[in-house]
Amino acid sequence: MAANIIVHGLVSSGIYALLAVGFSLIFGVARIINLSHTAFYMLAAYLIYSLASAAGLNLYLSIIIAIVIVIVVGTISYKLLIARVRHHEATTLIVTIAIAVIIQEALLKGFGGGPRSIPKLISGSIDIFGVTVLNQQFLTFGVVILLLLATWLFLMRTKSGVALRATAQDRDVANLMGINVPRMEMLTMAMSVGLAAIAGALVAPLSVLTPGMWAHPLVMILAVVVLGGLGSLKGSLIGAIILGFAENLVVFLAPSGAFLKTSVALTIMIIVILIKPEGLFGIVFEEERG
Amino acid sequence: MSVLAAYITRALKLLRGEVFVLPSRTIVLLVGILLLIFPVFSQEPFILRVLILAAIFAIFAASWDLLSGFTGRINFGHALFFGVAAYTAALLNLNLGLAPWATIPLGAIAAVVAGLIVGIPCLRLRGTYLAFATLAFPLILLGVVYAIPNITHGELGIYGIDSLSKSRVVSYYIAIPSMIVLGFIMWKITDSKIGLIFHAIREDEVTARASGINTTRYKLLAFCLSGLFAGIAGGLYAHFVKAAGPSTLELLLSFQVIIWAVFGGIATIYGPIAGVLILYPLTEYVLTRYIAVASEAKTLIFAFIVLLVLLFMPQGLTTWLRDKTEKICPRCKLQNVAWRKKCRVCTADLD
Repeated sequence: MAANIIVHGLVSSGIYALLAVGFSLIFGVARIINLSHTAFYMLAAYLIYSLASAAGLNLYLSIIIAIVIVIVVGTISYKLLIARVRHHEATTLIVTIAIAVIIQEALLKGFGGGPRSIPKLISGSIDIFGVTVLNQQFLTFGVVILLLLATWLFLMRTKSGVALRATAQDRDVANLMGINVPRMEMLTMAMSVGLAAIAGALVAPLSVLTPGMWAHPLVMILAVVVLGGLGSLKGSLIGAIILGFAENLVVFLAPSGAFLKTSVALTIMIIVILIKPEGLFGIVFEEERG
Repeated sequence: MSVLAAYITRALKLLRGEVFVLPSRTIVLLVGILLLIFPVFSQEPFILRVLILAAIFAIFAASWDLLSGFTGRINFGHALFFGVAAYTAALLNLNLGLAPWATIPLGAIAAVVAGLIVGIPCLRLRGTYLAFATLAFPLILLGVVYAIPNITHGELGIYGIDSLSKSRVVSYYIAIPSMIVLGFIMWKITDSKIGLIFHAIREDEVTARASGINTTRYKLLAFCLSGLFAGIAGGLYAHFVKAAGPSTLELLLSFQVIIWAVFGGIATIYGPIAGVLILYPLTEYVLTRYIAVASEAKTLIFAFIVLLVLLFMPQGLTTWLRDKTEKICPRCKLQNVAWRKKCRVCTADLD
């Protein structure tokens, strides 16, 4: 039981961390609450399904094609739709919801509402302490760790990463220092949906695909970023671990846990922000007045 | 007799002086009258059903606007108020046998309590944190609803409760006047000093507090008022569809109400009402009945319409129309038709 909780907890924490980091990035840089974030994750999973299972392409190739397509769709929708209304906060929310709904309905129309599944990248499993761990779960966890490290290195060690963080701290000053702010935003959006697409590729073999699969992770990553503190990558990671484990603890230990897992995770979030209103590691943004 | 005549003259004077001077107010009056006499033209149950639901959701969307549009606290979990009221009304009706005229106000009171429960902890939160925190409450409750199926009937919801009225037309004449009266009350609230303070809180809370306004009290008031009106809508909904199910608490409903309100134009009250009255019949009736689209595509078309309209009118439909047709007098701050040269009251030069 305990080992099961640890395995599932690590996998879902990893996925939430990957999604939450991408969500945090675009929020930090462009102040956009992208509610279509997990819709891109779902889109990637479905693209892999259609390329690999329906069109019969090689699985690795279809994953790469799917990620590229999602990045292109994401940046185009940012450029054409979101960027045009971003100064109206409520309108941005609706536009991103509309994008998510359009993706959902398009997938519903194309694939029907029934569950779909794709083959695992690597088959087989290993027994550790009497618990069967799928190799795919190992792979998922390893890729998540690698990607988070890569993102961190990019942000801390490269010139573009520094420029990106500078834009997140203060757009106007970054602009004055010669940073091309709109281009940084495009780059961030591409990274953000790219991470979402990879998360989709990692989740797809482990779960079933349905056109409604974006809603639950969306709620969870909203909770994760608030719990960890908006704009903080470390916070997103720790928030993801807390909520990922909380969910799996409830599922395995509580009666009717599958129903209550979201409730418990969200209650934890509420309690944390009641004690610390800016989340665990929140950066207090400059008071934006006027 | 002469008293009556005096009243009529006064009403006519009010109409001419305050309503007919602005096309927007004339349209509101016409739509109101049209809705009230609609059953004379058609009593087709399906059309009446769509209009009744539109009226209920219009109250709901306007109540979101009262909280989020005016005080700027974007509520991502407005379905909480709707769902709490719907479930309360349904449970009271089913278990205690109370009639709808009693359960709807009690449901609304439960929603006000929910507003306080959400509002008090959220007072410390700002902006995005507040939005995401409010999102959590209906989903937490939804999990509880699923977990105790012997009270809430889980996924099926509570069904078989009393109808608003045996006849569809009578239900219509409960829902439509409710929408008109409650919409007018909400508009009056936002037009009063309270509304001004809500605006001030949205624009700059620190300054509002520095001006001696107890912003905490007004923010709580906004949560309670919003809960009250959303609760009435929730109770009406439960008794009209004769059921209260998990769909009244779902994420989709919380998002839907924001879509209606933003589409119509926030911080106006009439905007969200217009948004619902346009979008709801459009998706539920026009698209499925007259244009040969399968009902699966209606959500897709709905999303496209919302997207396109908002790209060209980012502040919403009614706000865009208002800015095109009306001007505010620089001296007395009254609304004037855009093509007037001088203010209708103080004759100051416009532009």
